Amino acid sequence: MMRRAILALLIVVFWALPAGASQVREFVLDNGLKVLLLEDHKSPAVTFQVWYRVGSRNELDGKSGLSHFLEHMMFKGTPTTGPEQYSRIIATNGGRSNAFTSADHTVYFATMSREKIGVEIELEADRMANAVLDGATFGAEKQVVMEERRLRTEDNPAAALGEVMGAVEYTVHPYRRPVIGWMSDIENLAREDLRRHYALYYAPNNAFIVAVGDFSTQEMLAKIKTEFGKLPRGAEAPKIKVVEPPQRGERRVTLKKEAELPFLAIDYHVPNLKDPDNFALDLLSVVLAGGRSSRLHQELVYHQRVARNVGAEYGGLSVDPGMFSITAQLLPEKQPGEVEKAVDAIVERLRAEPVGDKELEKAKNQVEAAFVFGQDSVFGQAMRIGQYESVAGWRLLDQYLEGIRKVTAADLLRVAKKYLDPDQRTVGTLIPIKEKN
Amino acid sequence: MQNAKCKVKNGRGAISTFALRKFPFATVLISLFLGATVIPSSSDARLAPRRAVLENGLVVLTSEQRALPMVTFNLLIEAGSRFESAGREGTANLVASLLTYGTRTRTATQISEALDFIGATLSAACDEETATVSLTVLKKDLQAGLELFADVLTAAAFSQAEIDRQKQSVIASIRAKQEEPGQIAQEKFREALFRDSAYGRPVEGTMESVGRVDRGALLQFYEQYYRPNRAILAVVGDVSHEEIVGLLQKLSRSWERRNSPSQPPPTPSPAAAGFIRINKDLTQANILIGHDGVPRNHPDYYAIQAMNYILGGGGFSSRLMDSIRNERGLAYSVYSAFDADKYAGSFQLAMQTKNESAGEAIRVAMEEVRKIREQGVTREELQAAKDYLTGSFPLRFDSNRRVGAFLTQMEYFGLGLDYMERYADLVRGVTMEDVLRAARSRLQPDKWIVVVVADQSKAH
Repeated sequence: MMRRAILALLIVVFWALPAGASQVREFVLDNGLKVLLLEDHKSPAVTFQVWYRVGSRNELDGKSGLSHFLEHMMFKGTPTTGPEQYSRIIATNGGRSNAFTSADHTVYFATMSREKIGVEIELEADRMANAVLDGATFGAEKQVVMEERRLRTEDNPAAALGEVMGAVEYTVHPYRRPVIGWMSDIENLAREDLRRHYALYYAPNNAFIVAVGDFSTQEMLAKIKTEFGKLPRGAEAPKIKVVEPPQRGERRVTLKKEAELPFLAIDYHVPNLKDPDNFALDLLSVVLAGGRSSRLHQELVYHQRVARNVGAEYGGLSVDPGMFSITAQLLPEKQPGEVEKAVDAIVERLRAEPVGDKELEKAKNQVEAAFVFGQDSVFGQAMRIGQYESVAGWRLLDQYLEGIRKVTAADLLRVAKKYLDPDQRTVGTLIPIKEKN
Repeated sequence: MQNAKCKVKNGRGAISTFALRKFPFATVLISLFLGATVIPSSSDARLAPRRAVLENGLVVLTSEQRALPMVTFNLLIEAGSRFESAGREGTANLVASLLTYGTRTRTATQISEALDFIGATLSAACDEETATVSLTVLKKDLQAGLELFADVLTAAAFSQAEIDRQKQSVIASIRAKQEEPGQIAQEKFREALFRDSAYGRPVEGTMESVGRVDRGALLQFYEQYYRPNRAILAVVGDVSHEEIVGLLQKLSRSWERRNSPSQPPPTPSPAAAGFIRINKDLTQANILIGHDGVPRNHPDYYAIQAMNYILGGGGFSSRLMDSIRNERGLAYSVYSAFDADKYAGSFQLAMQTKNESAGEAIRVAMEEVRKIREQGVTREELQAAKDYLTGSFPLRFDSNRRVGAFLTQMEYFGLGLDYMERYADLVRGVTMEDVLRAARSRLQPDKWIVVVVADQSKAH
């Protein structure tokens, strides 16, 4: 990873700083609410996000999808704001707003101008404490969530395969359940479930705020203190202590569904980014499938012509250990078994021989460039800060590039040997069938 | 969708992308669907776009943005599928996808190695009217990136081996599209609306037509249409106007202007209305209702956008979202959009609902259209629409890549460099009468094309 020229290096260092994570300012209010602020005056936009430390990871059997359903119901108003009024108020103030739920967190956000962002802050503080969850909207919204499940999972072959794989690769950890929930669970969720979940997890001390954009830190902090500072601290949220036992032996899953192209996915258990091996795992995913010159792309897409596209992703951004996933969408009439063998050969080579210096340098360059490009939008920056904070603390972001630069070819070899072990993987195959009728 | 870009890609064109690596993101569910991509209004001195026309006719727009050490190139060229010859559908798409697969001096593998080594992203895509080629590169690699960009644009090789590979890949994507009910509906809709014209055919072509395209046809298309006088290039980032124009003058000297054969743009089919049902093993009916729309330069464009925002473009602020989703729980996503391209446009109302409630959802949606045509909108609704459209406009420019895309569209549609200053007034000028006229003249129930992709044994 040698630099080209000193001048180029200086430019990078000088310019990377103003928008880097190091400029994040952290504050903690008396009620336990953590606030992470990053000024960025590139554009007139401000992104404001509230991250609750609750997701499908915090759910119980029979209640899957509860966090996500609650997220929907958070738009049904408070004593002072009517159902769905939140979105209208944000829009008439020129803002865009939305929310999402993952296994680990539930996030509400809006992007607005500096002049208007106060409106969002007031509304978020209001619904953190005063959401009306059991109004007349409950039944219709449950139907909406069921439609969402049909759209995202039931009628989407690759997503359906992912869901079945999750249920097999985890035996006891809650990651085995889909974020959106099983259909019968969604159907059976009750108003009381929502109220309990809200009471347990929606409190300032179980949340944090990320704001990035065109604002002054002092003004932003003052407004946040005014609106959120008055909310009472909640009881400590229950801790999830489930540990997935080590996998000893490969697991295999097939899904038969109406589809055009076969799909192959291979998931290996890996640690999250709290583990020092996270940098090497990140680079392994780039060596395997980062760009068209990567090993999987060259071999499967370009030379052997068996896959339409390939992917490799290190899922280090999860609160508990996640998966390293390799995926391939096959070309028509190709055999998943054959493609699996080809993938295996490539992975086994990574576990047997060190990658060359130039290839390692290329992977590091790709990671560094992507890191800079990732600062192009305020929303992207806020997401990155929030995800790090939710897993291991945002300060780890500061060590990211340094950690990547330090990785050696010997590290990659050791880490590939350790984690890309066939005994610790689940292989999933989508087998297309013609319509059933 | 109020989109200044006025172009919904819908994945109809091929997209080839290098350096797919993104910063790792956990899997998330974006739960509340905002059908509208946001858009237009007010000026922002921070963009300060500048324009130059090179000797060969290439229009260059720049916006100097020094905050990050990166530069983004966004090139739009009038080389879409409507310019290809009948019987050889898929030519334009193949040309765009093959640009990055080898030049006179570099093999496909050399190009991808070079790009990946500097962590650059280069992609090419194509729709009915235009192809786009985009590059994002770190400032320190500007020279190397720009040379590759110019090379693929002006010296693509179209080797037989790469053509064969690419055809196989296009045929696979034609197959893959059949997995996506929304794509099938979209294709059937366009086929009905623009029957017997280039707009009615899939950009990728068909399995048969792609097979017929040979190297001669690709080279001829490339020679005729990939010309600087048909192109607009936006450059946004850590570089000055003068520097980039100087570099481009030098690099594009050998890229010569040429007059391409002119072709009149296609028109919608006059008797398009009808009901189209496609049977698939699905739990949801994918419904698309619509008809022809207006081109981008239509005098009622802003009135139509305001009206549509209220009807179904405004996400959670829209009437369709209220009645279909919030009141009845019939769908997760429902929206309407006037997609205004340079020479033609379409109106579409799209939603997904369980097979069994397809009929009810269609009835409710049509009732909303009837109401807005008969009664228009309220003053409060119009004010809210204007507030959103004008207030969210500056937020459109929150990244270099979005600025680049916006600048090329601004030039392509002839909106003028002062468009950003004028936008808010164009929206504020819309009256209640304008909106009523837009609803009555541009929503035309007698022309409905209704496409339902569903398990037809359950959908009624």
